[in-house]
Amino acid sequence: MANELLETQTMTRLELTTSPHLHNNWSTSRAMWLVSAALLPCTAAALIIFGWEQIGILLASIVSAAATEAVIQKLRRLPVTLDDGSAVLTGWLLALTLPPGFSLVSTAIGAIVAVGIGKHVFGGLGYNIFNPALVGRAFLQAAFPVAMTTWKSPNLVDTITSATPLGGLKFDATASALGPMFLGNTGGSLGETSALALLIGGVFLIAVGIVNWRIPVAMGSGVLIFGTAVWLMDTQVYPSPVYHLLGGGFLLGALFMATDWVSSPVTGRGMWIFGLGIALVVVVIRVFGGLPEGMMYAILIMNAFVPMIDRYTRPKVFGAAA
Amino acid sequence: MRTKTFSGGIHPPEFKELTEHLPLEVMPPTKQVAVPLSQSLGKPAKALVKKGSEVRTGTLLAEPDGFISAPIHSPVTGKVVSIAREVSCNGYLQDVVVIQPAADQETDFFPPLDPRAATTAQLLERVQAAGIVGQGGAAFPTFVKLSPPKEKNVDSLVINACECEPYLTRDYRLMLERAADLLEGARIIMRILGVQKCLIGVEDNKPDAIHKLREIAGTGGIEIVPLKTKYPQGGEKMLIKALLDREVPPGKLPLDVGTIVQNVGTAIAVHDAVVTGEPAITAVLTVSGKGIRNPRNLVVPIGTAVRDVIEFCGGIHDNAVRIVVGGPMMGASQHTTKTPVVKATSGILVLTEEEINKAAETACLKCGRCVSLCALNLLPGRLARLSRLGRFEEAERLSITACMECGTCAYECPAHIPLVQWIRLGKQAVLRMQRARN
Repeated sequence: MANELLETQTMTRLELTTSPHLHNNWSTSRAMWLVSAALLPCTAAALIIFGWEQIGILLASIVSAAATEAVIQKLRRLPVTLDDGSAVLTGWLLALTLPPGFSLVSTAIGAIVAVGIGKHVFGGLGYNIFNPALVGRAFLQAAFPVAMTTWKSPNLVDTITSATPLGGLKFDATASALGPMFLGNTGGSLGETSALALLIGGVFLIAVGIVNWRIPVAMGSGVLIFGTAVWLMDTQVYPSPVYHLLGGGFLLGALFMATDWVSSPVTGRGMWIFGLGIALVVVVIRVFGGLPEGMMYAILIMNAFVPMIDRYTRPKVFGAAA
Repeated sequence: MRTKTFSGGIHPPEFKELTEHLPLEVMPPTKQVAVPLSQSLGKPAKALVKKGSEVRTGTLLAEPDGFISAPIHSPVTGKVVSIAREVSCNGYLQDVVVIQPAADQETDFFPPLDPRAATTAQLLERVQAAGIVGQGGAAFPTFVKLSPPKEKNVDSLVINACECEPYLTRDYRLMLERAADLLEGARIIMRILGVQKCLIGVEDNKPDAIHKLREIAGTGGIEIVPLKTKYPQGGEKMLIKALLDREVPPGKLPLDVGTIVQNVGTAIAVHDAVVTGEPAITAVLTVSGKGIRNPRNLVVPIGTAVRDVIEFCGGIHDNAVRIVVGGPMMGASQHTTKTPVVKATSGILVLTEEEINKAAETACLKCGRCVSLCALNLLPGRLARLSRLGRFEEAERLSITACMECGTCAYECPAHIPLVQWIRLGKQAVLRMQRARN
């Protein structure tokens, strides 16, 4: 009797599914929210260095990004998935690439483009080829070129020596000291100035396994290699490679943008090629191009190559002939 | 010196603390056993007994049907009640010999052989007659494995003592409690194969077992090799790579790279068949999971219903949601507990939601974890996507049939995509396609 009872009780509730029957603690939303958390140090640095009022840009971008996603998903009759944290993250990242004091309305427009065109036109989460935040920024650069290159001096220095370290180098032939560039006491976009704050967040993400170390390491070593090659051409004219690492949006790009899962390669070798490619393009643009900064374009250009990179870097199957 | 390992793999929580300290217990015969006629790869055995036959423990119930088939012996003394149909662990109906155990149990074993004096032919014949099948999960008839074609040059024996699946501790307990028998069984197999070298691969989460084996192993060609604890180190291809640095090509066998792999349990079964004459009539298994009241390591007569084993272990908790036969990464979930235990059953796990850790599925984020962790260097995310879209020719070109369904990719996928399930579907479609082509 007891056996039959056990049978009926268990049969109605036993799950029937094939293996595996275990899963680790990760999920999409956990990953997205952790990346957002890793942005807290450089966000805090931004507010300290450029003033608490810059929170307006962050809020405008995040709210606009989330609203865009919600509206599009509702229009497509899909479940609204804001709780996976990816739209918030896109908005947050976009805000950190904007100059302090940028117009809030323009910020909102940029976020709409980032999430609407950079992500949902491709099909939504997981389908976009380009980094959505950078798509938004590229749009803003084209639509509001003057505003996008109007900088403020950081609150923590008394005098303005140059707009940004890279801008100073290209347009004024003046170099900034490396110390302030490391801590963040320079001009630049909201999130890019404090190398220290960015490294704290970035190393955290590498340690928990969200960011694959290959991309930032490939980018860093690439910039050192190509930057050194250029520097040696004429050390009076060209900046040292370390300047490239600390200046401009390099660290923000290397740790948070290029490492975006969806728009970066899936294979190890592919990640190296991707990272080195970005490094080459950014050094060329910065040194020989008309713009002082090239991270955004370097990443977007390499994003376009990712499907091809993935295809040609497939690992050799275990035991297969070479 | 760095511990040997393979590339890729994961380290899920082991849950071995639930049972690793519990010695093996023999489960007494239940009111009825239903012994399946098919307990290995290959054809089911042909029944020789019928309703009313009197049998003793070890009496031959069914003879092999063809070369790849194993005989079945009675696990108990009693009377055959009927030849019936019952559901197997894989969900298929199969023929079973239903036996009602008698009050007194008597053995009907083979005469013991002296492992040193017997000829290799006699030893191999005993392995076949005893119905021994591989204890590692695939349940291949052992005597077929130990009869490699002459043209294959086998130079070593590998004993798989990794037990990389979480929860399972039966190989571990066998190593601690029957180390001498394991080594003797390995030596018998070495004699049968004519090899001088034997490597026993043990994951380094079992230091006491490694120590114990080393104490007894002595000289004579048997080396105990600690391996980095990582799933799926116990997969035979990963094991051969770590121990011998040889890669078995897709679709090929270990003997194509000159080695034969046997599980710890199989080596001990070989010892028992030769030295005490006992045929394969029990399954050594771990009953575990947070959903079972009393986890244990048991020696269970084949044919015992899973439900009886569960009852012997105190029954299930209210929060149990899944019963899995085998390990949690590659085992089969059950819809009924009437299924009988078979020779190669290694575990009965009663799992709760907390352990399973399911979450809602999202789109693939191209994070690349599945690619970096796949021990066979496949592209699991892509293979799953191609299967889902019905693009089976492309899946075939990307070697979907090489997948061993170990579950590493699905375990790690942050998007909780059922990767292995999709790949399984794709594999079946590709195999159908290949058969239709030929």
